[in-house]
Amino acid sequence: MHTNTLAIEVTDLTVAYRDNPVLWDVDLAVPAGILMAIVGPNGAGKTTLIKAILGLVPIAAGQTLIYGKPYAVQRRLVGYVPQRGSVDWDFPTSVLDVVMMGRYGALGWIRRPGRRERDLAYEALEKVKMHNFADRQISQLSGGQQQRVFLARALVQDAQVYFMDEPFQGVDATTERTIVTLLQELRSAGKTVVVVHHDLQTVPQYFDWVTLLNVRRIASGMVSEVFTEENLRLTYGGRVTLIGHNSASSMLSEPLSAADHNKG
Amino acid sequence: MTPQLEVQLIATIIAAACALPGVFLVLRRQAMISDAISHTVLLGIVIGFFVARSLDSPLLFLGAALTGVLTVSLVELLQRTRLVKEDTAIGLVFPALFSIAVIMISRYAGNVHLDIDAVLLGELAFAPFDRMLVAGLSLPRGLVVGSAILLLNLLFIIVFYKELKLATFDIGLAATLGFAPGLLHYALMTLVSVTAVAAFDAVGAILVVALMIAPPAAAYLLTDHLPRMIGLSMLIGIASAISGYWLARYLDVSIAGSMATMTGVAFTLALCFAPQRGLLAVAYRRMRQRWEFAQQMLALHLLHHEGTPEAVSEARVEHLNRHMRWAPAFAIRVVRRAEQRGLIQRQGELLLLTDAGRQMAQQVSVR
Repeated sequence: MHTNTLAIEVTDLTVAYRDNPVLWDVDLAVPAGILMAIVGPNGAGKTTLIKAILGLVPIAAGQTLIYGKPYAVQRRLVGYVPQRGSVDWDFPTSVLDVVMMGRYGALGWIRRPGRRERDLAYEALEKVKMHNFADRQISQLSGGQQQRVFLARALVQDAQVYFMDEPFQGVDATTERTIVTLLQELRSAGKTVVVVHHDLQTVPQYFDWVTLLNVRRIASGMVSEVFTEENLRLTYGGRVTLIGHNSASSMLSEPLSAADHNKG
Repeated sequence: MTPQLEVQLIATIIAAACALPGVFLVLRRQAMISDAISHTVLLGIVIGFFVARSLDSPLLFLGAALTGVLTVSLVELLQRTRLVKEDTAIGLVFPALFSIAVIMISRYAGNVHLDIDAVLLGELAFAPFDRMLVAGLSLPRGLVVGSAILLLNLLFIIVFYKELKLATFDIGLAATLGFAPGLLHYALMTLVSVTAVAAFDAVGAILVVALMIAPPAAAYLLTDHLPRMIGLSMLIGIASAISGYWLARYLDVSIAGSMATMTGVAFTLALCFAPQRGLLAVAYRRMRQRWEFAQQMLALHLLHHEGTPEAVSEARVEHLNRHMRWAPAFAIRVVRRAEQRGLIQRQGELLLLTDAGRQMAQQVSVR
């Protein structure tokens, strides 16, 4: 493997609530410059995996590295798009202001955002086609628009590695297309993007790597190699049926894709 | 300065000082923690008093700040057991600490000037008699202490505005960017605690909550802009304090009670009359939507039957009563409104769509 260019390296990661493991001895080696989906059933620990890498939940064992160093010293290299529902959209602030928050890390303590931050935020809003909403109050946005604002906020962080928690959850077609285009642009710019994803059907279309997770890591690698019926069955416990012959190109994911609202 | 003016000045400063941390409590949905803290700081004051043997010692503020932080930590500790919910945890911690303070006062401080009534309800009218010298000037202690706390709050919120805003809106991002939201949280709680102590003289422990929560809650309904919400909260707090003072003089009742009442009045006014979110604005919007929708239904109905043989029977006002199940009075009003707007015109008993009405119906039908 490309030992010295790993963007994300997770070894023997265990996260538990008391004696109940949410992630059990997970290893992950993600090379730079790929789009990777994390898929798995409800409670598989997908969100927890991201949060553990970002230091948001305590780790029982193991370690996580970003470009070979702990997250705490690599913060500037990482952009994070949390689940849309994790914040209060009635907060009294504007779209542009929320996007500028992505620059706070680079500004550090106390220093205020200024003209430069405003310009960067506006540029990012143009990329997600939300520049006409810059002065809008955030409570007036639809779900898809909220998601695009969150993406713009991650873009202004100008990170090397991005973690996105269910960006496609409940968004409209326009937003879905915008996100896909954006992901491809990020990859061409050499960034690494890790996305918690629910829709198995679009995995081969949108991503080049995939990690199948169900508390344990079932498989991780190139979609063409590991996104197989066998691995999906191991991950979802035999609830997945493939249609057609050539492995993962088209598939029916029974109750999983739309019906679950992941919290794990 | 006359005592009257001094009392109003103290009230103004305390109201402004309370509104500042209050804004963030309201936005963080932690309003009830201010209720807990404003009571439990009494324990810190009592302990500070026993150590310093004086009610003027800064030790009282230190004690209050520490018990404020203790309150928050105990609530969080209880919550983390997952055996009780947050509101229950608050309801458990605050009486526990508060009752210890009450027992300590009644047992050991019966003969000194630290009585529970004064701490709970405050007595603003006496504030001008308690004076201290600052740079050769004799000033009421409440004014000096209140100003110091107001300055402290202002300074904290101005310096850490960006960090507070981020940690309040998105605690996850604040943590990943390294802004220590936990630390900010405790800093804010410390401010709430020392502000509560400073406000004792003016309004007492119980009514501090009114000054901390009602003005920001009212401002929240009036604006979508955080800096404006902070400014408005201070203004509403000040207006309530001063009008409360005059109400108390006029009715010859408790100043603290009147001031708290006025914060309630201010909130109620905002609740009813806020331009976008107020109850009246919402009711007006709903009513307009109702009439608009009824006119759209009428236009669509007429469009469906336009030029068909049954139009003769369908396009009549009586028909609206029978087939669309509209009450006769309602049907007549909808027709009159649609006519006034030029959507339909009458031809004897028949209702005919105008060009504008046809356009509207077509627009609605594609939706």
